[in-house]
Amino acid sequence: MNILRKKSTANLPFSETVIELFIRLCGISSIIFVFGIFFFVFREGADFLFNGLDLKEFLTSVEWQPTSLNNKRYGALALIVGTFSVTALAMCIAVPFGLGAAIFVSEFCSPKLRETFKIIIELLAAIPSVVWGFIGLTLMNQLIIAVFNVPIGLTMLNGSIMLALMSVPIIVSIAEDALKAVPDSYREAAEALGATRWQVVYRVLLPAAKNGLLAAVLLGAARSIGETMAVLMATGHSVNIPSGPLSWIRTLTATIAAELGEVARGGEHYQVLFIIGILLFTITFVVNLIADLVIKGIRQE
Amino acid sequence: MNTDTQAMFTETAISRQKRHIENVMRIFLLVITSMMIIPLLLIIGYLLYKALPVLSLEFLFTNPKDNMRAGGLWAPFLGTIYLVVVSLLVSAPIGVFAAVYLNEYARENWFTRITNLAVVNLAGVPSIVHALFGVGAFVLFAGLGESILAASLTLAIMTLPVIIASTTEALKAVPMSFREACWNLGATRWQTIRRIVLPNSISGILTGVILQVSRAAGETAPIMFTGAVFYKAIAEGDIFAYNITEQCMALSLHLFTISTQVPDVTEGIPYGTAIVLVGTVLLVNAASIVLRVYLRTRKKW
Repeated sequence: MNILRKKSTANLPFSETVIELFIRLCGISSIIFVFGIFFFVFREGADFLFNGLDLKEFLTSVEWQPTSLNNKRYGALALIVGTFSVTALAMCIAVPFGLGAAIFVSEFCSPKLRETFKIIIELLAAIPSVVWGFIGLTLMNQLIIAVFNVPIGLTMLNGSIMLALMSVPIIVSIAEDALKAVPDSYREAAEALGATRWQVVYRVLLPAAKNGLLAAVLLGAARSIGETMAVLMATGHSVNIPSGPLSWIRTLTATIAAELGEVARGGEHYQVLFIIGILLFTITFVVNLIADLVIKGIRQE
Repeated sequence: MNTDTQAMFTETAISRQKRHIENVMRIFLLVITSMMIIPLLLIIGYLLYKALPVLSLEFLFTNPKDNMRAGGLWAPFLGTIYLVVVSLLVSAPIGVFAAVYLNEYARENWFTRITNLAVVNLAGVPSIVHALFGVGAFVLFAGLGESILAASLTLAIMTLPVIIASTTEALKAVPMSFREACWNLGATRWQTIRRIVLPNSISGILTGVILQVSRAAGETAPIMFTGAVFYKAIAEGDIFAYNITEQCMALSLHLFTISTQVPDVTEGIPYGTAIVLVGTVLLVNAASIVLRVYLRTRKKW
């Protein structure tokens, strides 16, 4: 892009210098915002994080009793397990569908059908999370009650299905990019040897694109971990370690959303919610970073 | 024709098996991909069917009544429009100029890589963490209080990566020769951007801006604690009924409230709210898709 970079900026008019400064400022705004998010969330929770909160209890205890009068407990283990189990189950559903659809759209489709599918996937991605939560609360609730014969259908399974539907579009679009990035010469070489389309996919494309596919799954998982409204409304809102897909759970995100409105500003409980925010920020940051490194890894090869 | 040549062109067992597997896999993948249409149609169909009794223009233009158990959607609908417009006014210029910086100014070095990484990570930050940031930074630190302004700024930062990503795509699509021709005529970098690069990529930028609108309209978690309230009566039919330093209602939060917090809501109203929300978001998205397809067909280069 910058082969013909202009060296001298000394004789630029003043207005242009101002505009360039503004553009540069906007350019680094993302960095400022990412640090800002961490800083301000950390600022609200820092006091209690360093003085008072028992970190060991926070990470290993399942007793979450922030509103108890004489026995306050801030053990977030059940919430962490809730977040990861609902995400894991969601990925079990979303990954086969997401990768399957990506393979079909990128390798087996006519161009016209591909456009149609991509539009549908785009529309699926656009449905707001609160609507997914509402579907979980109404339609999926009744379905689960009818199919599994349980009294309440607001379970981990319900939340996982909603999360799966929300993360499939991400997985499809990134996995499709990864498959497209495999050079056509690979396909041509395999086809010249008499391989069918499926053999090309199975023996050549999947191994060649495995990093990109992994990144797709990671980014789908990151989306699920950070999702709030759908799991808040669909998973039963009960703090416990899940025993199976039909048990009720509560996630880290849902806890913040449900309790932040009812706590006193600056109190212990309020600060613990911000500490959960730091934890969530860190988890998704690390997952996104790994996904980015995995993708960059392919590009350098 | 002798038998040897005939044998050469008859199907062997192994190629028959290959063809068979190929067909099975093709159909299997087609089914998997098609199954993504089902939830989309099912959800819209189900919501529409349940919402039919309440849907009317009056539903859109009356305030919620009887502690939100009856009435329409005027206050939340107008609130969503306010939030979207204000957040758009903030994020569109910053996002577009950030993309201009990344595509036209930034050199290929570690700093640019970090900036790009920051954009990716900003997109990956969970929405509820954005809410915590909004509370910490805008509501408390900047002293905006819970207001439309604070909520919109939170939404703006959250949706910034959408605009940056699509603007970068659009800028990349402008051929390098356009810029070179302009520079050769003695234009400065900013003159080139303003006269050549931006006018030629405006369609792609517009697509991104429309996507930002759809994203911002559907979000719930970031506005829950920064400016959206459960209930606020405003004058019906007056589009200037809100003040941006005050709180407002929002469609997404309204759907959450009436489906989980308020007992005995008239059957149909939550479904009506959901269909208005989904309808708005999908229409905006469809507009972006139509625009993109239309502009692709009349591209000049």
